[in-house]
Amino acid sequence: MPVNNRPRTLRSRRTKHRLAADAGLLAVAAAFVLPLAWVVLSSFDPKADLRVRVPDSLTLDNYDKVLTPEITFTPLLNSLLLCGGGTLLTVACATLAAYPLSRYRSRLNRPFMLTILFATSLPITAIMVPVYALFVQVDLIDTMHGTIFFFAATQLPFAIWLMKNFMDGVPKELEEAAWTDGASSLQSLIRIVLPLMGPGVAVVTVFSFVMMWGNFFVPFMLLLTPEQMPASVSINDFFGNKGTVVYGQLAAFSILYSTPVILLYVLVSRRFGGGFALGGAVKG
Amino acid sequence: MTTASSARARRGLLRALPVSPAVVLLVLFLAGPIGYCAYIAFTDLQLTGQAESGFVGFDNFREAFGDERFLNAVWLTLVFTVLSSLIGQNTLGLALASLMQRASKPVRTLTGAIVVTAWVLPEVVAGFLLYAFFRREGTLNAVLDLLHLPSQNWLFTLPILAVSFANVWRGTAFSMLVYSAALNEIPKEVTEAAQVDGAGGWRRMWHITLPMIRRSIGTNLMLNTLQTLSVFGLIWVMTRGGPGNRSQTLPLFMYEQAFQKSMIGYGTAVALLLLLVGSLFSLVYMRLLRTEV
Repeated sequence: MPVNNRPRTLRSRRTKHRLAADAGLLAVAAAFVLPLAWVVLSSFDPKADLRVRVPDSLTLDNYDKVLTPEITFTPLLNSLLLCGGGTLLTVACATLAAYPLSRYRSRLNRPFMLTILFATSLPITAIMVPVYALFVQVDLIDTMHGTIFFFAATQLPFAIWLMKNFMDGVPKELEEAAWTDGASSLQSLIRIVLPLMGPGVAVVTVFSFVMMWGNFFVPFMLLLTPEQMPASVSINDFFGNKGTVVYGQLAAFSILYSTPVILLYVLVSRRFGGGFALGGAVKG
Repeated sequence: MTTASSARARRGLLRALPVSPAVVLLVLFLAGPIGYCAYIAFTDLQLTGQAESGFVGFDNFREAFGDERFLNAVWLTLVFTVLSSLIGQNTLGLALASLMQRASKPVRTLTGAIVVTAWVLPEVVAGFLLYAFFRREGTLNAVLDLLHLPSQNWLFTLPILAVSFANVWRGTAFSMLVYSAALNEIPKEVTEAAQVDGAGGWRRMWHITLPMIRRSIGTNLMLNTLQTLSVFGLIWVMTRGGPGNRSQTLPLFMYEQAFQKSMIGYGTAVALLLLLVGSLFSLVYMRLLRTEV
């Protein structure tokens, strides 16, 4: 009998453990979901305040009010220009840089990659004051292109690091065949390597874009004219000078502003597995 | 011989060519400002009306270490980092990851989705959500009322605790993902063998799981700390560093000195200290990673 009994107690213990784990996770999830529930519910609530609650009636008024060129479209377009430009520059430069680092042996590779790894984790916040002072001197302050260049520079170390790791995964033999057929390095990079590392390029692109889209401090410091402000900074206008805050509209705008990055994240993690961003950084 | 070596040099140069756009960007916009930072930290550069700035040596640093407000910012940065990153994000992330190992799939997926959403949200939006959560009229007090517990104005009474919680809310997903990946790599046989030998949950955690994932713990702690050292937007949105300067961490102190008080030189000296601490952590992180480049 005891022999028979053992698996059963083990199984029932396992069920008990699973229930306990479920309960624990649900408790944490409940605590985490409250601020998220507030923003979603408030955006449809005609009488939204700071407290999470189910609205008495649903309305699209809040969205209607913020969907104007001044409040939503211009800032989001600015965000798109800044982050799109920054991402294009980052991905192009990172791809080009990763190619020789992955393909050719050189004494400089190791020091270069170590410097890059070191730079990936520097607190960029700290250099915003000197960057501002520098940008004033070289007349890049309050320009979109200046901000794009800086954005690209901040994302480049991590982008190069990831891109090189992804590129190492593409076998060299395929290219060698192309070279014997007379293709140049640039041709083989574009025609052979890049198509084979599509997921890698997608990850680097989405990651760079998401990081820039959410960044507040960089445009806050480097841009001055309100017409150029991206959504991360313009969202401040809901507070600041207007006196009372219309929380429903703030919530609606927050949702409009956050949706693109959430969709991009879902898209990439669906396709390439969760936690895509961690690939190269935390292989402990 | 010479033609061969010059041909090799040319080939080397040609191969280095694709790296040059990245290097130019990095030198001009990253290394440049860092170098410039190291320079103006030793000057008395100001924003307003001052044409010439002079070299003042270590004056800015001497001033900083004698400045109560600076020391206050250092202390608050330490509290913020220890509370939110070392304890909060790290422990909660590990707890969530290990609970997920045992939980049923729907619960696991749901919790993961919620925690990750908090992480993906733009910094300022996260700041607003938690500002609303902690305000006097906010959700936290509503919940406390419901439980008949005393409510209070969190952003006024315990501002540094509120922003630390905000950082936990926003940053835990990263640790959770790191630890989930690490735990998945532990072979099932090892823990099962320990279980058969009668080791309880806590002992298995302490003697088997933690030692096996110690490298992930190290790298995760480093990255969390570096991330937390540079948090600006979240605190800015929630408290502006206030009330008074009771949630003013180093980045906010740096900003205030440089722009609200126009002391660029002094602000940059603070920035340089922040950068040095960050570099130190970054070097430790590289050691821990001990990566093959």
